[in-house]
Amino acid sequence: MARTAPVDDWASDFDVMDPRYIADPFGIWDDLRATCPIAHTNRRGSNWLPTRYSDITAIAHDVSHFSSLEVAVIPFEGEEPEEPVLPYGLPPISSDPPLHTWSRRLLLPWFSHRRVAGYEEMTRDLCSGLIDGFIDEGKVDAAEGYAQQIPVRVIAHILGVPASLSDTFTGWVRDVLEFADDPERRMAGMEALITYFVEEVARRREQPGEDLLSELLRTEVDGAPLEEGLVLGTAALVLIAGVDTTWSAIGSSLWHLATNPEDSKRLATEPELMPTAIEELLRAYAPVTMARLVTGDVEVAGCPMKGGDRVLMNFPSANRDPEVFEDADKVRLDRAINRHVAFGSGIHRCAGSNLARMELRVALEEWLRRIPEFRLADADSVTWAGGQVRGPRVLPVVFG
Amino acid sequence: MRIAIDSSKCQGHARCYALVPELISVDDYGTSSVLGDGTVPPDLEERVRLAIANCPEFAIGEVAPDGAGASPEGTASA
Repeated sequence: MARTAPVDDWASDFDVMDPRYIADPFGIWDDLRATCPIAHTNRRGSNWLPTRYSDITAIAHDVSHFSSLEVAVIPFEGEEPEEPVLPYGLPPISSDPPLHTWSRRLLLPWFSHRRVAGYEEMTRDLCSGLIDGFIDEGKVDAAEGYAQQIPVRVIAHILGVPASLSDTFTGWVRDVLEFADDPERRMAGMEALITYFVEEVARRREQPGEDLLSELLRTEVDGAPLEEGLVLGTAALVLIAGVDTTWSAIGSSLWHLATNPEDSKRLATEPELMPTAIEELLRAYAPVTMARLVTGDVEVAGCPMKGGDRVLMNFPSANRDPEVFEDADKVRLDRAINRHVAFGSGIHRCAGSNLARMELRVALEEWLRRIPEFRLADADSVTWAGGQVRGPRVLPVVFG
Repeated sequence: MRIAIDSSKCQGHARCYALVPELISVDDYGTSSVLGDGTVPPDLEERVRLAIANCPEFAIGEVAPDGAGASPEGTASA
């Protein structure tokens, strides 16, 4: 499966697609943080990998030297189409101010506390229905049979597209993010996804609804309707960024609870711990790494970054930095002080963070209410995806 | 105790709102602001200190009695 040469020196030749990095990156980050806090590689171009909280948050705030025009951790190595369907990429995530500023404002109200509270009941029903389907069997693949099924359906609801296509959407998103180092598969997934939204946009123009896609088509900026390329890019972003990420956070949290029965017991019997537990699980298992494009020569912590280099924003490693977090490598469900950056830092803070938190909380609440005790069926059969988004993809558990 | 939020630093993580919804409001774009003049009732002080310690953007801080900012990292303008 691996399409990468094995890594011997993580400081000078790292590869985020190395199977060891995907399975267990924590020790690699700890070593780098202590010896070479910003690693470099020439694989897939010149890429830097900061590991310290201070460097990562400083870079995130320096949007003039570190552009978001290329946020994919794995640069696309296939042939680019002559006329891109998405001239703006996936705004606002793949944009800098000023486009970032106004395109983000189009999206944020859909993920406000008020709106997200309105999605909670359907999320709870969804989780409960999934559990109904497997609880009598005493076992389930908690990744594929539970975590993977939840965010995609909430996102489908927001976009106004059929939940019955959830597996298809999930397949496209995995092609784009998880198999990003396979240019053909990545391109095919992106094309299928965009083709679908082109058709949906045409349908919404005929029959507008109350969904995000219809609303974007109604939106005018400076007296003119949004360009279709921007509507498509924003819709594609909501799907791509709203599915793999939260599913991975739910899956990693269930992996933690399955392998740490004292924590699942504690969380099941002390539900008042849920708010700090959610933040702690997000800290310890932050799924998302984003990239930045260096706009011109700049030095960070002694590292000479050149224009055109890329920086992998290692928020998950920032969250494990012992300079900022006491017992950084330990999960403490009651950690009261937790300034984690699982959702990023600065102007690109995850626009869906309120939704992600709600989905993670409801998914764990419903699971623990029905299945307070569970364990891995077979530790060796657990598999992880990584690179842009890290989380378990096969997670067989048994209970009852 | 009195607190203020620097809206130019707030990026909408909403950690403060989760901890002390009694004192914070969040608009549709995620920006938090302090309700009233930011005076903290004594029974909320502990949670307010947690809100200050959990903000990833260092956007919320205590206002010194003379009105100057006194958040841990620079100022929170009153």
